[in-house]
Amino acid sequence: MPAVSKGDGMRGLAVFISDIRNCKSKEAEIKRINKELANIRSKFKGDKALDGYSKKKYVCKLLFIFLLGHDIDFGHMEAVNLLSSNKYTEKQIGYLFISVLVNSNSELIRLINNAIKNDLSSRNPTFMCLALHCIANVGSREMAEAFAGEIPRILVAGDTMDSVKQSAALCLLRLYKASPDLVLMGEWTSRVVHLLNDQHMGVVTAAISLITCLSSKNPDEFKTCVSLAVSRLSRIVSSASTDLQDYTYYFVPAPWLSCKLLRLLQCYPPPEDGAVKGRLVECLETILNKAQEPPKSKKVQHSNAKNAILFEAISLIIHYDSEPNLLVRACNQLGQFLQHRETNLRYLALESMCTLASSEFSHEAVKTHIETVINALKTERDVSVRQRAADLLYAMCDRSNAKQIVAEMLSYLETADYSIREEMVLKVAILAEKYAVDYSWYVDTILNLIRIAGDYVSEEVWYRVIQIVINRDDVQGYAAKTVFEALQAPACHENMVKVGGYILGEFGNLIAGDPRSSPLVQFNLLHSKFHLCSVPTRALLLSAYIKFINLFPETKATIQEVLRSDSQIRNSDVELQQRAVEYLKLSSIASTDVLATVLEEMPPFPERESSILAKLKKKKGPGAVSVELEDGKERGELNGGGDRGGDAAIAASNASTPSPSADLLGLRSTAPVSGTTPSAGSLLVDVFSEAGPSATSAGVNDDGFLSSAPPTVASEDPAPPLPESDELLNKFVCKNNGVLFENQLLQIGIKSEYRQNLGRMYLFYGNKTSVQFVSFNTTVSCPGELQSQLNVQTKTVEPLVEGGAQVQQVINIECLTDFIDAPLLNIKFRYGGALQNISLKLPVTINKFFQPTEMAAADFFQRWKQLSQPQQEAQKIFKASHGMDTEVLKAKLLGLGTALLENVDPNPENYVCAGVIQTKAQQVGCLLRLEPNAQAQMYRLTLRSSKDTVSQRVCDLLAEQF
Amino acid sequence: MIGGLFIYNHKGEVLISRVYRDDIGRNAVDAFRVNVIHARQQVRSPVTNIARTSFFHVKRSNIWLAAVTKQNVNAAMVFEFLYKMCDVMAAYFGKVSEENIKNNFVLIYELLDEILDFGYPQNSETGALKTFITQQGIKGQTKEEQSQITSQVTGQIGWRREGIKYRRNELFLDVLESVNLLMSPQGQVLSAHVSGRVVMKSYLSGMPECKFGMNDKIVIDKAGKGGVTDEVGKSDLGGGGSTSGKQSIAIDDCTFNQCVRLSKFDSERSISFIPPDGEYELMRYRTTKDIILPFRVIPLVREVGRTKLEVKVVIKSNFKPSLLAQKIEVRIPTPLNTSGVQVICMKGKAKYKASENAIVWKIKRMAGMKESQISAEIELLPTNDKKKWARPPISMNFEVPFAPSGLKVRYLKVFESKLNYSDHDVVKWVRYIGRSGIYETRC
Repeated sequence: MPAVSKGDGMRGLAVFISDIRNCKSKEAEIKRINKELANIRSKFKGDKALDGYSKKKYVCKLLFIFLLGHDIDFGHMEAVNLLSSNKYTEKQIGYLFISVLVNSNSELIRLINNAIKNDLSSRNPTFMCLALHCIANVGSREMAEAFAGEIPRILVAGDTMDSVKQSAALCLLRLYKASPDLVLMGEWTSRVVHLLNDQHMGVVTAAISLITCLSSKNPDEFKTCVSLAVSRLSRIVSSASTDLQDYTYYFVPAPWLSCKLLRLLQCYPPPEDGAVKGRLVECLETILNKAQEPPKSKKVQHSNAKNAILFEAISLIIHYDSEPNLLVRACNQLGQFLQHRETNLRYLALESMCTLASSEFSHEAVKTHIETVINALKTERDVSVRQRAADLLYAMCDRSNAKQIVAEMLSYLETADYSIREEMVLKVAILAEKYAVDYSWYVDTILNLIRIAGDYVSEEVWYRVIQIVINRDDVQGYAAKTVFEALQAPACHENMVKVGGYILGEFGNLIAGDPRSSPLVQFNLLHSKFHLCSVPTRALLLSAYIKFINLFPETKATIQEVLRSDSQIRNSDVELQQRAVEYLKLSSIASTDVLATVLEEMPPFPERESSILAKLKKKKGPGAVSVELEDGKERGELNGGGDRGGDAAIAASNASTPSPSADLLGLRSTAPVSGTTPSAGSLLVDVFSEAGPSATSAGVNDDGFLSSAPPTVASEDPAPPLPESDELLNKFVCKNNGVLFENQLLQIGIKSEYRQNLGRMYLFYGNKTSVQFVSFNTTVSCPGELQSQLNVQTKTVEPLVEGGAQVQQVINIECLTDFIDAPLLNIKFRYGGALQNISLKLPVTINKFFQPTEMAAADFFQRWKQLSQPQQEAQKIFKASHGMDTEVLKAKLLGLGTALLENVDPNPENYVCAGVIQTKAQQVGCLLRLEPNAQAQMYRLTLRSSKDTVSQRVCDLLAEQF
Repeated sequence: MIGGLFIYNHKGEVLISRVYRDDIGRNAVDAFRVNVIHARQQVRSPVTNIARTSFFHVKRSNIWLAAVTKQNVNAAMVFEFLYKMCDVMAAYFGKVSEENIKNNFVLIYELLDEILDFGYPQNSETGALKTFITQQGIKGQTKEEQSQITSQVTGQIGWRREGIKYRRNELFLDVLESVNLLMSPQGQVLSAHVSGRVVMKSYLSGMPECKFGMNDKIVIDKAGKGGVTDEVGKSDLGGGGSTSGKQSIAIDDCTFNQCVRLSKFDSERSISFIPPDGEYELMRYRTTKDIILPFRVIPLVREVGRTKLEVKVVIKSNFKPSLLAQKIEVRIPTPLNTSGVQVICMKGKAKYKASENAIVWKIKRMAGMKESQISAEIELLPTNDKKKWARPPISMNFEVPFAPSGLKVRYLKVFESKLNYSDHDVVKWVRYIGRSGIYETRC
């Protein structure tokens, strides 16, 4: 209840409240309230005038009854009457009642607005404050409409009292948050900014909240506040604790104001003016220095206030990310906090350090604390702190300490809290892959991971191991041996069985020489796990068995026996039964040659980014903070299309027979992957690029396992929206699959394959909404002379696309002769009545029709010389727009479609490639030479071909890629 | 089968806690308190399911009785048991109040042990229980008495012991009815029914065989056909107000005390029994046809502008002028924005009770075939709420000395072959009381 002066202490109200409090039951309370309401009604009847005091008393009672949860449908008029009273307490109760009880569409609002207006213009500061508080408390649109013009005037008027200014600033902030379109600052801007210079600290504190909110919306208008804020901050920081008497909180001068100033500065980049910057750096240094001083008080409030400023300052330093000295100092300061006995401080220190670790200046400094952090991971009692420690370990990991960190995280995993296990598993998997120097270590780590926390190991993780093992010849034997040993444990996780089945099926022969792991032993080991596994795993194992037949003909009889048994050939699961039947037939009918062709070893997977990273990113919440920071700008659409593609693929594979065919594989091989185009300055992506060729596609699945055709792999890549369709074209120069286009409604995925001068492109139109698209229609057109250069045939799509569904369209392309432009794809459909019309360029470029040509050095130079006419050569010298990593370059050149020729150029830094472009009219031989200059970050690209237009076009296309 | 039984006071403190089966944990006590007694919203359902446990509760004034079970029990049986439990406690120590329960907790545990075995209800007849659960503490019983208890507990007639002797054989019979009504403003009956009870108090020697007869339509019709006239008490026993001279009533459904021989009722529709000693409820019944409505309420509500309401209510008594109705109370609800009320009434006293939002009009006594009237002027406060007043019905309470269902007791014969008293020596008293249940008229 509001404080009331003596002699004004509404006895009736006190009695009523104590009556209510003394009620024994709900019923008694309701009776008492009914009685009181009847009493008030009879008093408000209107035949006799009430004095201000009783009016106030009864309005108070009504307010109390309302707050007890009863409906009040009268008394509003009396409350409004109170507003015009001259007594503070009466006015106050009137405003209180109105801010609690009056709804915005009440007819009284006009009267209320009038009363507020009167108070605002009354020049009585307390009345003005009351009115402002009421506006802020109601905060409705109507209020904003009525007063948004008035309040800024009060705020900046020279003669307004300080306390009113404070209220006005906060009131304006509230109105701005409620309806930003109504509060127009325009002319007031500069004067509001100058409030930062106000004498009164309270006004500054209130104003800075307003300015921070306004400037986060339109930073340019408020740019001037930076220098003012810096000077204000430096005055506070340099002042002695006694200078700002009323605003010193436990020996800390103006802590709230300091924090708000620092936060305001975080809305802007570092100041360009050297003097301002120097002053700011000085301030930050002083704050860091102060943290080192012995505390002036033992009270917790003192250290809280001090640390609040310190953490805000560190956030600012991290935000600027340009002062190595400060960054390192901040890091050291946080390092001290890591061992503080206050848990909250440790938590905050770990969290801030996570962001520090991503800065290149302080990364090394953060690394010095590794022991402490590991210790925190092991000994902290609070799971949220442990989680932060794990995040930090992940963030500070690099090649030098990867082994230690991964080992620590693995050992912690055994005892880790269940809530963070899955995330930990993903992190370990990513780190192990990212920093693996020695791939046997990688395999060991992941197998350990599956052993320790199998339940939390997602599909992506074990897909990834398989990809890496398949692509690395040197690790295959070791991997086979390790999985064989791991499988010998009496209880294996199912994921381990999956990895084991796959690897032994592929590379079991590498360890078959040892009598302890002879083919039959291997098979028996795998088969002993068979009955404990789920259907998908069993299907995979069946595939492994048929591979065994190919690898070890001596096991054929045993395996056929197994396949023939009723539990396989009459299995109730259609998939398993079909596999058993088909494999049995395959093994008994096909000759060894056919068998060997069908069941050939998996070809290496083309380059592809790790799908695990995408998975980690997908996990929302604070755990993903470091990842988000690192490549926040490049975050692609992670889920949407990928998942849907997967669903569709599964449906498709269920419908068709699981015979080994390239089509099937292509369909199945979609998994959500983030698209990260390598760019300088992005730590994570750089690191990924290093691991380029090994980081190959995730096209692993049980059907793909069998395929002998080169897999066409889907890679999901975010595409920019329409206007940049040229840039989009460039993205698809070196790859064939991905997300072509995406907006709120529609996602278009693309998958293409080319053979000689023919190409087939699958477009997947995914409806992202829950509403169906009607009159869905797509057309592909070849503008201008392209018509005679390309022959494009499309199949029509269904005019209806159900919500959440995906439709497929096949486009057949024939290259008649070389071409420059790209065909246009036009999509029209109706979504909820509105016509949508989207035009895109189809990513068909001349290089898609490259056939790689392998040739020796002599051969190459001979041909190079043959193509020496000036119009046959196209050359470009350009600056590197991405990193100059060898592996990435190689991958891109391969993606272009040419053969990369090793040991041809005398300079090992240079790359040479050769290929033939197949068109219907002719074949155009093409030679390429790329000479990077690491110092200057420049490339020289030379192309020679038998046709001048081709040289020029390919040169142009390729120049955009590096 | 009941898993346990708890008794709480109004604050939710546990007074009695008796667990019969292992599946009920100690935390069940708290679960009921938290979710029902202290629930934010008032729990109106008598059965509450909390974490796969069912709680059946009844409330007697401030006392909560809750039976708990995890099994799928017959809910009607559980409630029957709870009511019986209340009756047993009342028979032992009077009113079921917190203080009485606290003072008799040993007795209550003793009773609970006796009337529920492993959650299955046993003999709960007060008369029988009183022979071996006494409040006199443990006293040495003779062998004879002990064997008598044994035969009592295990015998065929568990509700009456042998060897009862009275100097004067006496018998009291009460027909208690409550009449429920909902009437439209135009005087049309929307729904009406009577639920009645026949309560007996018998002080008879030996093991008498009784036969009870009333004007049940089926019996009368059968008798009329057969031409046998064994009507004994005819209408002089009942003082009914029926002017139509109606001879029989149609009973919709009825239940009997355990002492009544149901087989005989089924075959001959005659009610014969060996009565327990003392007070008991012989039967319960319900009728819906040809109900005599003792009062008629005629409301007249007129809204004069937005700020005034005029109410006029007339009540007419509709029974023999020689009979007197008592404790008449008419409750006229008032709108929620009432700011003042003026009342004028010819008879009785009327008052506006703000705490209940109603005008309460009380009349002590009223003879049959009379009418009385009240008029009130209600002043209203204008509100900005557009909600219209819902006009709740006018309700009434009263007590009349006849059975509104028209039930009449025709005879109650007592036969005792072993002892030498006959039907004529027994002094019989019959009384009819009709009360209002929910007796409402819309206005």
